[in-house]
This record gives sequence, structure tokens and C-alpha cells, in this order.
Amino acid sequence: MFDINLFALFGQLLIGLINGSFYALLALGLAIIFGLLKVINFSQGALYMLGAFGAWMGLNYLGISYWWALFLVPLAVGAIGILCERFLIRPIANEDHLYSLLLTFGVALVLQGLFTHWYGSSGLPYAIPDELKGGFRLPFMYLPTYRAWIIVVSLAVCLGTWLLIEKTKLGAYLRAGTENPQLMQAFGINVPLIVTLTYGFGVALAGFAGVLAAPVYSVSPEMGSNILIVVFAIVVIGGMGSIGGAIATGLGMGVVEGLTKYFYPEASNTVIFLVMVLVLLTKPAGLFGKEA
Amino acid sequence: MNNKKLNLILLGLALVAPLVLYPVFLMKVLCFALFACAFNLLLGFSGLLSFGHAVFLGSGSYITGYLMLSVEGLTPEVAILAGVAVSAAIGFVYGKLAVKREGIYFAMVTLALAQLAFFFYLQAPFTGGEDGIQGIPRGKLFGVIDLSDNLVMYYFVLAVFIGGFALIYRTIHSPFGQVMKAIRENEPRAISLGYKVNQYKLLCFVISATLAGLAGSTKALVFQLASLTDVHWFMSGEVVLMTLLGGMGTIWGPVLGAGTIVTLQNALAAGPLGNYIHVIMGVVFVICVLAFRNGLVGELQKLVKRNF
Amino acid sequence: MNVMRKTLLISAMVAAGTTAQAANVSDDVVKIGVLGDMSGVYADISGQGSVEAVKMAVEDFGGTVLGKKIEVVHADDQNKPDVGSVIARKWVEEENVDVINGAVASSVTGAVTKFMSSKEKITLIAASASHAFTTKACSPFNAHWTYDVVSLANGTVKPMVQSGKKKWFFVTADYAFGHALEKVATGVISNNGGEVVGGVRAPLGTTDFSSYILQAQSSGADVIALANAGTDMVNALKTAAEFGVTDMVDVAGLLVFTPNAQALDPAVAGGMKLTTGFYWDMDDQTREWSKRYMARMDGKIPAMPHAGAYSSTMHYLKAVEAAGTDESKAVMAKMKEMPVEDFFSRNGYLRKDGRMVHDMLQVRIKNADERRDGNDIFAIEQIIPGKDAFLKLEEGGCKFALES
Repeated sequence: MFDINLFALFGQLLIGLINGSFYALLALGLAIIFGLLKVINFSQGALYMLGAFGAWMGLNYLGISYWWALFLVPLAVGAIGILCERFLIRPIANEDHLYSLLLTFGVALVLQGLFTHWYGSSGLPYAIPDELKGGFRLPFMYLPTYRAWIIVVSLAVCLGTWLLIEKTKLGAYLRAGTENPQLMQAFGINVPLIVTLTYGFGVALAGFAGVLAAPVYSVSPEMGSNILIVVFAIVVIGGMGSIGGAIATGLGMGVVEGLTKYFYPEASNTVIFLVMVLVLLTKPAGLFGKEA
Repeated sequence: MNNKKLNLILLGLALVAPLVLYPVFLMKVLCFALFACAFNLLLGFSGLLSFGHAVFLGSGSYITGYLMLSVEGLTPEVAILAGVAVSAAIGFVYGKLAVKREGIYFAMVTLALAQLAFFFYLQAPFTGGEDGIQGIPRGKLFGVIDLSDNLVMYYFVLAVFIGGFALIYRTIHSPFGQVMKAIRENEPRAISLGYKVNQYKLLCFVISATLAGLAGSTKALVFQLASLTDVHWFMSGEVVLMTLLGGMGTIWGPVLGAGTIVTLQNALAAGPLGNYIHVIMGVVFVICVLAFRNGLVGELQKLVKRNF
Repeated sequence: MNVMRKTLLISAMVAAGTTAQAANVSDDVVKIGVLGDMSGVYADISGQGSVEAVKMAVEDFGGTVLGKKIEVVHADDQNKPDVGSVIARKWVEEENVDVINGAVASSVTGAVTKFMSSKEKITLIAASASHAFTTKACSPFNAHWTYDVVSLANGTVKPMVQSGKKKWFFVTADYAFGHALEKVATGVISNNGGEVVGGVRAPLGTTDFSSYILQAQSSGADVIALANAGTDMVNALKTAAEFGVTDMVDVAGLLVFTPNAQALDPAVAGGMKLTTGFYWDMDDQTREWSKRYMARMDGKIPAMPHAGAYSSTMHYLKAVEAAGTDESKAVMAKMKEMPVEDFFSRNGYLRKDGRMVHDMLQVRIKNADERRDGNDIFAIEQIIPGKDAFLKLEEGGCKFALES
């Protein structure tokens, strides 16, 4: 009896990690955007939804396969993000951060409303690509290939982004731009361009996550708003703007949530907020954030 | 002088309004206006953005509704007082935890606390879960005045609103309000002048929570319903929108903002654009932020200042 | 069938003729308010489709009743009980609406029916699932039309338990509707010799169900019952298929509307059995109506609440004509007196407690190779007679109906 429970627990832990890697991917985008622009992007969830719909539209209107979608859709979503940044966010860049939060919240409402109107609220089917069908039989559970793929590709993207930001020259500019944009400008570096591209990149990550989600979750207009507030909490717990913090917290929270689903499922959507309250009360800047 | 005249005119309008407009609609506006004013006291006059204010609205409405329904012969004013007291108590606890944090972290702590409260109300048996508490009797005010008639109810709600509004007005113009403004403008300076900033913030938070609870309690009686909508984080977002649209930090802004949003929602719900309700609300958000950051009242004041 | 319809129509016309002089229609118009979710999660199963269906009924009826105009107004309740009840209040108190058709979320329907009953006005419930409206929250002014949780459980669960699937595990949406569905289904299971070996209550709007599916799998159940709806159901089923669970145990979706079935890959959902109150492609009568509906709705097929909205409106108007007035009590008496027989309702009648008892369908989701096109989704397995599908009057415990 005990063995079975232990096995079940292993299964839950692994699933927690899979979900966590997914959270990490989404949190990463938010954290990057916050780090450089100090914008709390409430439309990240809607853009994630846009990514999933993009995959569906690509397949059904243009015959674009999953693999191409994985590459093209983030570009398209990123481009939309760049337009948003250029024409909506930049005009209020010098105002209180509260305004950009409200603005992106409005953008999210518009996107979600439009897609509900166009495609209905029930969602659309998107099949798992043939190459990733099936699964592995582990001693304690059956692991679908696609879930394994999610964890591998999410972690790879997270690691790649982290390296890019921490170890390359571009990343150095970026970090410097976060610290002191005026000085960077004085050195002749085009800060507004970096800002725009960063925003595009952060948003593209959401689009990428959307494509990744399309085969396993229902492609529906609500999908973004359901997950957004959780991801949001993760970024705060990790320390806003901390890239590594977002990744680590994403994984950790996936596991915490997984265990809650096992012991007290009703609270699985709430446990993250409990953690958030506890963390913020003891470490005001989040687990990995720097005190201001 | 001029202000007094204006207030009298507005009062007159409010008194005759139910003869022209549907009283339940007006009561909805008044409840949300009070809610928005309470929220504005915190955001507009002390610079603290709470992203969980729905908790206080919802707590007031749940407690009042539950008491009216389950306690035989309870008069509405007692039920309202109980709802307000609970909101105030929650406000004290939440405020105590939250005021230590600033800016975006303050918003996040209030959001997280609100989510915990939402979970409690979702699971607690007395709230009826998704169905909410339905069929709440309006009862007899002081055991005498029957509130089941919409017109009578309206004047009661109007009285509650005026009471709440007057309290906010007094708070803002009291020495306490002046200190709050000073804290908003320059906190380090206020500290160096010897003010216990956190205590001021806490008191402001509790007053705001109490009045939000009053709005919720009244709302429960008006609609004879208390539901999860009132405690959901979307409601917390809505009140931000109302305040922002009307003009944050102005006395009348939240009232105008609440009126506009409620009217918009009503018009859209029944109109041919019903399918676009979220899109239109979103566009309003975006336009507000891009073009009217001072809100309707704020822009109006600017206009008046420039031209007269 | 057709003969019966004709005689009915004639008798209705005769009845109308005799009472025409006494025609008593409040403020010279019969006004129908359609309340629904126009923009949210239930928009596909109510929303604009229900509005069109009601308009079709009015047009088919001739646009007038007892010589008075029939008007249709509609509004979005946004799935919020406070919004819904304000609209209902305004309609009745300010705009003289005589009857409300609609409301989806049971919380909204509960608030609206309570209010309507207090004003002695009829609510036609075409989209809600909860059986409370004809049992503990029943009212002489409720008419619950399309389906309810009991008929779903009886239609789907009973045959499975009887065929030897004895052990059940529930994945339940953690709100009133999910709880009700689970409770009713549990009753059906134990009455037929089965047992419930476990269950989880997942919060509404859960994205990832893999944890729950894994728990279900390790419980040793024969059947995993999904007591949820909409995207929750779709996500849970998708996950079950992905984790290879559907190969080993049965998954039963307790509430599946046609748009949900269309949101599922046939490879995932093909073969699953479920219960519905209506399927557009059942016979010539349903197809005839559905084609007309689709022509007005950009080719979208009707879901059961849409057909129910038409049927209930049509029956209401016939009853107004027969009663010679739009006074609620007289109309309701006629509605309960006349049989309900149309493309939607077979062998139907409106019972004392407000339950419209009619034949339900047990269907199977078609596999990809069986489908002509995207709208060809169900194969009808069997017809469940109304008396077996719904709760008996005595079991429901509706006070006023049992006393009278």
C-alpha cells in the first residue's frame, strides 16, 4: 500500500515538474519585460492564447505544420508585441507603472473578447504531432512523449535565455539598460531599440508557450486568463525582474501545486497565493529579488 | 459658495432621479459609486493601489446577506452594521500585513490576500458557492419602514451613500487627510517630520475597507443577492477602472466613473453590441490610459482652469 | 406524428377562436426576454443562438398571438447572478416583459427564477443543468425544458453500470453544478450495484488535469466520470487520452454539448458515449429545423439549449393562444395541459413540478472515419424514454406539486 502511494507521489512530482517548466517559460517572458521596461504585462496571458490560436490558424488556413508553427508563431506574436510596445506602451513609458499595467490589462480584454467573438468559447481541437505521439512506461507512471518534450524544450529555452542575458554582450547591454538607461544612451547605444526588441522577445516567449500548449490544452479564448494570474504570482514570488528567480520559482511552484493537487485538490489554484503572501511578508523583494 | 450650490443641485437631482430613471439601476450606481469612492480614498489620496478591494465589498455583502436570511426578524440596519464591522476587521488584518510594503508589492500582497479570501468564500458552506446567497429579504428598516418597495429602498441607499460620501469628504479635509497627502507626495519627509507613516496608512486602509464593506452590505440588500462576483479579482480590477476613468484623487471622479461604467455595462448588455462587451471595456481601458490619465473629472478641471 | 400535430394545432386554433373575444393581453404585446451568456464561456451553447432560436419560434408562430404583436428582447447576463437579476427586474418592472427564456449558469437561473416567481411570471429554462429548479427550488412559474443533471446521469451512467462497469472515479468541477452532477450520478451508481472508489474536486478553470487523471488511474476504477463542463471537460478528456488512460478504462463525459465535442480531436473523443436532449442530425424533422437555424447562424449547428429555446417558446405561445390571455397562471395551466410534441421534444409533456419530460438520446461520438464532415459528430445509440430519464415527481420533493 505504501509503495503504491509512493509511486503515485513520484508521478505527481514529475507532473509538477512538467507544469513547472511550462510556468517557468511563461514567467520568464514576464520577468524579462518587467526587468527592462518595468512594465507588468497583463496581456502576457492573452498573447499566450494568441500563440495557441496562431498554431491552429496556421494549420487550418495555411497548412503550416506544428514544427513550423513552433518557429513562425512566436515571430508573429513577437511582431504584434513590438507594435503594442511602440504605439501603446512607449507613449506612457514615463508615467507611473500602474498605467502600463492597466493598459496591458485592457489589451488583454480586447484580444480575449475578439477571439471569443470570432471563434466561440468552446475551444478548437489541435492534434499532437505524429512524431510526438505515444509515451514511455516508467516504473511509476506512463509518461506521454509530448509531456517529456514540453519539459525538455521549455528548460532548453529557459537555459538559453538565461545564458543569453547573463553571458553575452547583448545581455550585458540589456542588464546595463535596466540599471541606467541614460548612461547607456550616452554611450551611443540605442536603448529604445533594445527596449522594443526585449519586449518583442518576452512576448514571443508567450507565443511559443502557446504553441507548445495547443496540443495538450484546449485552444480557447479563456486559456490565457486562467493561467496568467498564477504565472504572475510566480514572477512576484521569484522577485520581479529576476530571470533566474522566475525559472526556479516556476519549477518550484509547479511541484508545490502538483502536491496540492494530490493532497487537497480544491486548493490547487490558491496555494500559490498562500506562498506569495508568506514570501512577501518575510522577503519583501521576493525569493531572488534584490531589495530596492 | 459655488461648491455648495453645486452640491445642492446634485442632491436635488438625486432626489428626483428615480422618477425618471429605473430605481434599481440608480441604486446599483450608488453602491458602486460608494465602493469606488472608498477605493479612491486609498489610491487617490494616499497613493496605495490595492488590487484586492473586492474582498471588502464581498465580505460586507456575504455577512449582511447571510444574517438577513438566517436570523428571523433581524432589521437591515443591524445586518449592515455587522457586515461593515466584519469588513473593517478584515481590513485591519490585511492592512496590518500590507502597509509594510510599497508600490507594486503592496498591490501584490493585497491581491494574494484577496485570493485567499476568495478561496475561503468559495469553500465556506454558508456562502452557497457558485450560487451565492439568493433571495435575501430586504426587511424593515428599524423594524418600521418596509424596504421591499424600490423607491423606498432607493432613498435609503441614497442616504447611505451620502453618509459614506460625507465621511470620505471629511476624512480628506481633516488634518489626517492632510498628513495622508503629505505621505503620498513625499514619504521620507513625512517620516522625518515625525509622523508614524505606517499607522496613518493603516488607518486609511481600514476606513477604505469599512466603506467598501458598507457598499457591499447595501448592494446585497438592493439585489437581494450576494455572490462570488463580488469577491472575484475581476471586481477589484473593475473598481480600479471606475476610479481611473472618473479621475483618481478627485472627490467626484469615482462617482462619475462608477456611473459611466455601470451605464455602459447596462447599455451593452441589452444592445446589439452585447457580444463585444469585453472588447469595448478593454478599449475604454486603453483610451483612458493613453488619453485621459486624469480621468473625466480631472480633464474637466483642467479645462475649467485653462479657460476661466 | 404529423396527424397528431395537426389535430393539436386545430384544437389550439379552436380554443383560440372561442376565447378570442376575451383575449386579455397585458399592454397589448407579448414580450419575451431572452437572457443568456452572449460573450463568455457559455456563449456557444446559449448566446446569439438562443436569441435566433426564439426569434424563429416567433416567426414560425406568425409574429402575433391573439391578434397582438410578439416582441423579443435579449440581454447578456455575463454569467453573473447580480447582472442577470438586474436585467430581469428591469424587464419585468419597466419594460413589461411577460416571460424570460434562458439563463445558463445555474447561479443566474436561480436568481432570475426566484425573482420571476415573486412577480408571478414564467421562466422558461432551456440551458441550465441543475435539477433544483423543479425540486427543492421549484416554483409554479418554472418550466425546465431541455435536460437536467438527473437525465444526464441516468442516460450515461446507468447503462454503463448495468453493463458491468462497477467501479467509478469522479473528476468533479468544484462548484455547485459539478457537485450536483456528482451526487446524482453517485446515487445512480449505488442504486445499480456499483461503487465510487474515489474522486477529486478540481477548481473551475483548471488548466492541467494530468495530476487528477493519474490519481484516477491508480484508483483502479473501471470508469472515470467527468462531472464538469465546457473547456474543463475538454481538457480532462484530452489529458486522459494523452496519458493512455482511455485505452484501459472508460471515460464518461457527463455533460457534453455539441460545440465541446467539436473542440475535441476525433482520435481523442471518438467512441465516448454521452447523453443529450437533442441532436441536429437525428431525423428529417430535426434536420429541417437545424438547416434553417444554421442558415441564420453562419452554418453553426444548434446545440441542445438552442433547440430547447425554440421548443419552449413555441409551446408557450401555443399556450397563450389556448388560454386566451398572457396571464401567467392561466398560460402555465395550458402549458401543463397540452402535450409537447415537435422536432425537439418527442413524447413530451410539462409535469406539475415544471419538469418537461421528454425522450433523451444516448449518443456515441463518431470516430474520424465515420464522419462526413465537421458537423457529423454523434451516432445515436438508443432513445431513453422520458419516464426513465428524469427524476420522478415523488422523488423530487417539489412541495407545491406534491400538495396539489
